[in-house]
Amino acid sequence: MVENSLDACEIHEILPDIYIRISPEAEPISDPGIYRLRIEDNGSGLPPEVIPSAFGQVLFGSKYKLRQTRGTFGLGGKMAVLYGQITTHGQTTIISSTGTSKMHEYVLMMDIQKNRPIVVKHKTHRNQTRWHGTIVEFRTEADYARAMPKILDYLKQTAIVVPYANLTFVDPRGRYYKFDRATTLMPKPPTETSPHPHGIDVEMLKRMIEATNSRTMKDFMKRHFQRVGDATAKRFLEFANIGPNKNPKKLTQDEIVKLLNATKNYESFLSPDASCLSPLGTELLKTGIKKELSPEFVAVHQRKPAAYSGFPFIVEAGVAYGGGIPQTDGILLYRFANRIPLLFDEASDISYKVTNDAMNWRHYKVIPGTPLAVFVHICSLKIPYKTVGKEFIADRPEVEHEVLNALREVARHLALFLSRKHHMERERKRLDVFSKYLPKIAVFSAKLAKKEKVPDVKKLLRSVAKFAEEDTEGEGSEEGA
Amino acid sequence: MPKKTRKGKEAKREPKGAIRERKGKVLSALQEFGNRMYSQINSGEFPWAKMPSRSIKNIFYDQKLRQYVLGNKSVKRSSRNIRHIKPLTQLCWTGMFADELTRLSKTSTLRDVFYSAQAYEMTFTDQQESDNLITDLETVIGYSREDFNVFPEERSAIFGDLTVEYTLPGYEGRKLNLTSHPDGMMIGPALTSAEFVGCKADKVIAIEKGGLFTRFIEEKVHTKHKALLIHTAGQAPRATRGFLRRLNQELDLPVYLFTDGDPWGMHIAMVIISGSANAAHLRDLNTPDAKWFGVYATDIVDYKLPSDKLTELDIKRLYELKKDPRYEGKLWNREIETFMKIKKKAEQEAFSRYGLTYIVDEYLPAKLEMVEKD
Repeated sequence: MVENSLDACEIHEILPDIYIRISPEAEPISDPGIYRLRIEDNGSGLPPEVIPSAFGQVLFGSKYKLRQTRGTFGLGGKMAVLYGQITTHGQTTIISSTGTSKMHEYVLMMDIQKNRPIVVKHKTHRNQTRWHGTIVEFRTEADYARAMPKILDYLKQTAIVVPYANLTFVDPRGRYYKFDRATTLMPKPPTETSPHPHGIDVEMLKRMIEATNSRTMKDFMKRHFQRVGDATAKRFLEFANIGPNKNPKKLTQDEIVKLLNATKNYESFLSPDASCLSPLGTELLKTGIKKELSPEFVAVHQRKPAAYSGFPFIVEAGVAYGGGIPQTDGILLYRFANRIPLLFDEASDISYKVTNDAMNWRHYKVIPGTPLAVFVHICSLKIPYKTVGKEFIADRPEVEHEVLNALREVARHLALFLSRKHHMERERKRLDVFSKYLPKIAVFSAKLAKKEKVPDVKKLLRSVAKFAEEDTEGEGSEEGA
Repeated sequence: MPKKTRKGKEAKREPKGAIRERKGKVLSALQEFGNRMYSQINSGEFPWAKMPSRSIKNIFYDQKLRQYVLGNKSVKRSSRNIRHIKPLTQLCWTGMFADELTRLSKTSTLRDVFYSAQAYEMTFTDQQESDNLITDLETVIGYSREDFNVFPEERSAIFGDLTVEYTLPGYEGRKLNLTSHPDGMMIGPALTSAEFVGCKADKVIAIEKGGLFTRFIEEKVHTKHKALLIHTAGQAPRATRGFLRRLNQELDLPVYLFTDGDPWGMHIAMVIISGSANAAHLRDLNTPDAKWFGVYATDIVDYKLPSDKLTELDIKRLYELKKDPRYEGKLWNREIETFMKIKKKAEQEAFSRYGLTYIVDEYLPAKLEMVEKD
């Protein structure tokens, strides 16, 4: 639901302010127990007529367009509401406004059998301040004590990947967690796009045929698919053995399947357009990492768009070293997909595999025990999750290749930094040694030589220090790419 | 006693007061060492010190001196080099410490040096490191550590009609005859720094084992044979080797060496005669004219001594000695060959088989006569 809120802000380029509160329904708190969950955002708000469906009907997606967003199906938020209703038989209250003079308050229940919202109450309030946003409140059963670490991880990692948001969280014991925005820059919102021929399925194709106004197949191909022009359409239809002037509405079931198979097998389509993606950008990723982890060194890199099966994707990666990064046995891995932190099943993820198996960290001067964190953000129209749980990313060779190259790039910067740092340390130690021993030699030799005056070693020390400074110039030039 | 003339001349070169004179030389060598580094710093140079290399490649056997010496290769320790600056500082400190000891006539052990350094934030990593620096200082100034009053643990002793005069503060001018105590007198800092003022003995017998040393005193070998008896307690400490040399050179006394009949005993004698490779940077620690008179491998055969079999280690050692340039010469060759042939060894005490006094009454006179004829 936090994700929905963020989406609602980002699409409209609103700096997100999100407030989350979990409060116990009964004192003293006992887990598992009944909690009241409240989420407020300052997003675009919902038009009043869609509110009941948006929160009371499963698979009612507001995100039916083709552009990169966090959610895709309209399942996540409702599942939470549904779970709340099943466990507590409670109602859900929604207050929302799109910034008009009115504010709508709904109290809803879900008719699970018919998958239909039941409006218990609908009130309209005046909205003098032209506030826009959405507030959702419902009761649910939960085990906060167990979930707490994950919730905090989730918020912290969200703060990394959404550094331009203010996140506020009040937990059941009244503890207040605040993740302040560190920048007012936001990534460029994605543009909508038509599908790439490699990325469609039968259902989608049927829907497109139903909706189209095109009279010929050639026009249909040109109009509804990205990067398909006159020539491509003509050659593809020849390949598919379907007449270019055929009316798409008259395709038989078999022909539709034939068409779909042809899209999969035709290899001369231009690669998918990535303007529908909205990567975070190196500056924002760096800002997020610095803000939440304050490391000694950060390097980030964004790969050029790539594609797998017709879906464009962009990999962004970062490494952070030292400072607030804890020293662990391995490397800390932060995984993000379309700006959502992935918290579970780390070891099955493609990034884990690349980080721990494919990368030879020693090559980059990283020895075991180095405090190191790796960040991998994959954004795509369709993230290649391996399971419906959306917790880890499958090992697609195209994705693996991009992740590996992104990590290599940032690791190169890290290696430079580390060798410079080691060099500086060596120089400092060197200077320490000279300033420890030279004065002693002066004292001892004067005493041995039976001289009153101890000879001056300042000049000698200065000449040593001079080498040291020359060698350590260019300190701290962190590199982004 | 017949004496070789060359020896006599050398002895005259060391006049009375040899100890005091030597101390003066040590002190000026130390001051010179300090002076060099002092002026290097003053002229804006990173201080450094140069000394002959003690690496195995730079150790040669000098036939004339009949001891190991260092070759021409030298090493330079410069404070400009990060790896050298600490050892150089330690060397400088060791010099200062030695200077203090020598001037105040205080003595110290190697262990002491290790701890004293800590007062100057000059920690040594381990005893080995501080021992090495003492050796460095010996190399730099050319005097052995006993000359600047650093002594190892003492085990060695002397008994016989020698009168010494102490130079130690608080004992200056006091004299002592070394027959005063029937257990023998420890060869420690006081004795090493004492001048010789009177001697009625005409030879020195050095004995490896303490039991036999005591037997020799009990059986009055010192009067019967007019001998000074010295207990080396195994491999003779440097102070004892230096002391034996002084007896030989200053008092013109022949030195006879009596050890166990095995490769190790033979080598105890050899180190007294020709010095050790470890001390190649030093002079005046060996007694080239000292003579080993037993227990020989041939004695084991001739006297039918109770014996043990040579171990593998013993045999390995024999092969090493065979290659050693110090072991050139008829006697040594013959004995090494015999040991290898009979594969047996015998201890000094083995003579007790023929009664407790046999060794003193029969064996000793016979052997002394024999080596004098050689």
